[in-house]
Amino acid sequence: MKYLALIYAAPDAGPDYGTPEFGPYMDGYRRATETYKSDGVMLGGEALQDTSTATTVRVRNGKTETMDGPFAETKEQLGGFYLLDCANLDEAIRYAAMIPSAEHGSVELRPVMEIE
Amino acid sequence: MASDAPEQDQRARKAIEALARAETGRLLGALLRDVRDFQMAEDCLQEALESALVHWSRNGLPESPAGWVLQTARRKIIDRLRRARNFSRKAEEYGLLIELDQQAAGSDAAPAIPDERLRLIFTCCHPALDAKTRVALTLRTLCGLTTREIARAFLDREEAMAQRLVRARHKITKAGIPFEIPEPRQWAERLNSVLSVIYLTFNEGYSATAGPGLLRHDLCLEAIRMGRLMLELVPGNAECEGLLALMLLNHSRATARLDGQGRMIALEHQDRSLWSREAIAEGCALLDAALARGATGVFQLQAAISALHARAPSHAATGWREIVLLYEGLHRLAPNAVYLLNRAVALSYASNAEDALAVLAPLEDGFADYQPFHAAKADFLRRTGRLDAARQSYRRAIALSANESERQFLETRLAALDPPGPQDAGTPPATHAP
Repeated sequence: MKYLALIYAAPDAGPDYGTPEFGPYMDGYRRATETYKSDGVMLGGEALQDTSTATTVRVRNGKTETMDGPFAETKEQLGGFYLLDCANLDEAIRYAAMIPSAEHGSVELRPVMEIE
Repeated sequence: MASDAPEQDQRARKAIEALARAETGRLLGALLRDVRDFQMAEDCLQEALESALVHWSRNGLPESPAGWVLQTARRKIIDRLRRARNFSRKAEEYGLLIELDQQAAGSDAAPAIPDERLRLIFTCCHPALDAKTRVALTLRTLCGLTTREIARAFLDREEAMAQRLVRARHKITKAGIPFEIPEPRQWAERLNSVLSVIYLTFNEGYSATAGPGLLRHDLCLEAIRMGRLMLELVPGNAECEGLLALMLLNHSRATARLDGQGRMIALEHQDRSLWSREAIAEGCALLDAALARGATGVFQLQAAISALHARAPSHAATGWREIVLLYEGLHRLAPNAVYLLNRAVALSYASNAEDALAVLAPLEDGFADYQPFHAAKADFLRRTGRLDAARQSYRRAIALSANESERQFLETRLAALDPPGPQDAGTPPATHAP
């Protein structure tokens, strides 16, 4: 099954760039990505720019409306994702727990809908 | 023969009820081994039970009722899969269909029912489901309680409970919650989740004396039944033994805990001759076996506390020192301020209420809205003669009470402060109830 791991965290929660904690934090991401690749579960994954760069798009009556900002203003913001191919939820949880942001933020696991 | 019809009908109905209670877990487990769709398995089992009523009323009971139901449910699954078939389905599914078909049509001899209940219970108690859902789903799936019975036990509306169960089955299938026995590195944590669900079921019946008392009592018996099943499935597991011992020991006091009006009686004032010797003997034997395995856990330590109460000739002659130590052990194993609160209560008897008050002070902030804390504090204050402060704490505890029986108990205590003679009181109710 495919799972999307959505990584949420408050912008000020993780270690800042330039602090001694920042290096190990990024190493954690590299290690997680390496593990996913070597275990053959990695389908994709990216880090996202800040929500201040977000644009929300809606089409109403055929007209495209754009809005400055994210879909929902929340304290914890979507900061990145992985798409993982796992045998079941237990495996997905085990991989999600390797994501460094899980230690200060949250990782939401969403099974991908299988269209037959 | 027409005159026999109602009787036969009645017999079939009874047999099906008994079968649902005894065999639901085994039947669902067997169905889920072949199709990992919880809702479909559940629906087809229900339909098979309905067919059973029709057939058995007419033709009498088959040789193996459970086997008959399994075979019928499998046929219903095949029908559903055929109807839902579309051309892009994978080949394995055809294989499965054929295999199922052979199993179903092979002969009319009853199929053997594989025991998949351990996988089933791990699935129902998966930590990705919320705690109440785990309890409800386990009661429905493993114990064969009806949705209505579960709703009543939880004081919920039946439709709300039905929805909760449907959502849970949907999530199990769609989110890929495995129908597996967990791998070794997850084993301890997942087993603990199962045992917690069983203990939660027990406590739901044990601590909440509000509402329909009898149904609540049934929850305790269901939990004990599940505890026995778990021990059968995981023999020799010290924490399984510990949990079953704990439930039996606590339940041994069931009839002595409430008076004729359903009011709670403190441990100190219970008629110990009403305690079930049989349950105590079984609980103690299980606990001894568990402790000998040298794999301590929270359920064993709690059972050890309950055993000290059960074996004590009186409240005063209870091993309070040991109980203090056991609560310390529990707090080391699984840090929880509630253990420290209970330790303080034990200390008030092992030492005195003054010492207990001192131990309580640093816990106050965390327990501002916790009824048992204020009840304990009120009791210590009363025993040290600070009656005004005791009154205040009793009022706070009463305001925080969740059920009538608890409230009445505290009101009685509060009222007893007014006449002189503060010598007659006892323990407040603690959460890890003695």
